[in-house]
Amino acid sequence: MNPVDAREAITRAHHAEWSRVVASLARRFGDLDIAEDAAAEAFATAVERWPADGVPPNPGAWLTTTANHKAIDRIRREQKRADKHREAMMLTDDTPLEPLGAIDDDRLRLIFTCCHPALAMEARIALTLRLVGGLTVPEIARGFLVQEPAMARRITRAKNKIAAAGIPYRVPSAQDLPARISGVLAVLYLVFNEGYLATGPGTDPVRAELTAEAIRLTRLIRTLLPGDGEVAGLLALMLLTEARRPARVSTAGELVPLGEQDRGMWSEALIDEGHRLVRERLASGIAPGRYQLLAAVNAVHTDARDARDTDWRQVVALYDQLVRLDPSPIVALNRAIAVAELDGPDAALPAIDRLGDALGGYHAFHATRAELLRRLGRRDESHDAYGRAIALAGNTAETAYLVRRRDELD
Amino acid sequence: MQYLVSVIDDKTGSGTEEEMVAIRAFNERLRAGGHWVFAAGLAAPETSTVIDARGEEPVLTDGPFIESKEHMAGLWIIEAPDLDVALELMTAGSKACNRRLEVRPLLFV
Repeated sequence: MNPVDAREAITRAHHAEWSRVVASLARRFGDLDIAEDAAAEAFATAVERWPADGVPPNPGAWLTTTANHKAIDRIRREQKRADKHREAMMLTDDTPLEPLGAIDDDRLRLIFTCCHPALAMEARIALTLRLVGGLTVPEIARGFLVQEPAMARRITRAKNKIAAAGIPYRVPSAQDLPARISGVLAVLYLVFNEGYLATGPGTDPVRAELTAEAIRLTRLIRTLLPGDGEVAGLLALMLLTEARRPARVSTAGELVPLGEQDRGMWSEALIDEGHRLVRERLASGIAPGRYQLLAAVNAVHTDARDARDTDWRQVVALYDQLVRLDPSPIVALNRAIAVAELDGPDAALPAIDRLGDALGGYHAFHATRAELLRRLGRRDESHDAYGRAIALAGNTAETAYLVRRRDELD
Repeated sequence: MQYLVSVIDDKTGSGTEEEMVAIRAFNERLRAGGHWVFAAGLAAPETSTVIDARGEEPVLTDGPFIESKEHMAGLWIIEAPDLDVALELMTAGSKACNRRLEVRPLLFV
């Protein structure tokens, strides 16, 4: 077989089957470590065998069966389980591939386990990317600018805690479900933002592999929980944000603010899909949650073919709704930015200044003040605010933009 | 599984009668659900004694063995099938005793 075709088939199978294989093994063997290793070995075997033997007619079934054998081999080899009875059961369990519904439940179980609130947030992110997303440890380490051994330890520690503390491999009860789903979405949104607003000196300003992975995982959760409005909302929010990525950083490596972006570079396919999701949620008539409102804000922006056509009144109205759900200073800051566009900078500045105590360490607070003070002709204050924003900003493209804006004042 | 639940406090002898009533009601709930193994309050950390008998002569020192702002003021040992059940139970326990709790699995040898 053509090695390029085999490689493509493996990449496709990896995207489509990795989480299924890990999830079904985790349920069968009750051990995430065994599930992860056996899945990785099965894919390594595919890399060896498929180019020579050809791609099997049902790659998913082939991978699951191979991974099952790998897992049983490991258990035999290590005599890991003291419970002989259970081992005997596993060795004789020739249950064929599960029907699709059961596998989907397994993947949900896996996601909820990886995003369990008893794990530290960074452990949830790492586990989700490794076990559900199938990213390698070096890939995850690169994504979060952590040394590989440290990332490997983080993942091992999390798996140990799951096993030792008795974190269940289960979809939460109906009563806990909304809170637990919002925990999963928080993990995915953090992954997305780390890709979109990548921090750290000397790194790419956008890490597209993280935004793409976050979108892929959110799509997966949407297929598993199609009726959940916030899942749809987060997916729409990510799509409408990602759609603008090509216009967001200039060829000189500088951040281009929303109002100055070349809107012709935006991805129409992603915008259409995002708008469809937003319309679907509006049509449901159910009160929107946080992600749905943020998606709606982004739908208003992506609706305007020219920045001057932006319906700022609508944006402010959406932020008014959001403030009621989430009265955090960051939401208040974003609302004030919209008010500045609608009613002018002098109408927004007092509200922004009131946020100084809470957001004094946040670069976007100072960058916003700097911009409004510049528009008001308060040059010296603007210069100072740009300075503070530059000192706090972690994204290379954003820093470059802020430095230029400050220097233009001189 | 069994979990050790430590009651975290920064004062000693600070329990109120109201809290005791709530704790007793909570303990009844643990018993009724089959989760009860053991519970106790602890005397002040300064009353503890550390023993080291690893050498030839046992050495006694005035405790506690860790000096910290916060200490363990009491404990539960509960039986629960998994951490989710343990956490749900002890969320009510934290409300009842009006303290932060640490939930930690016991190992069995």
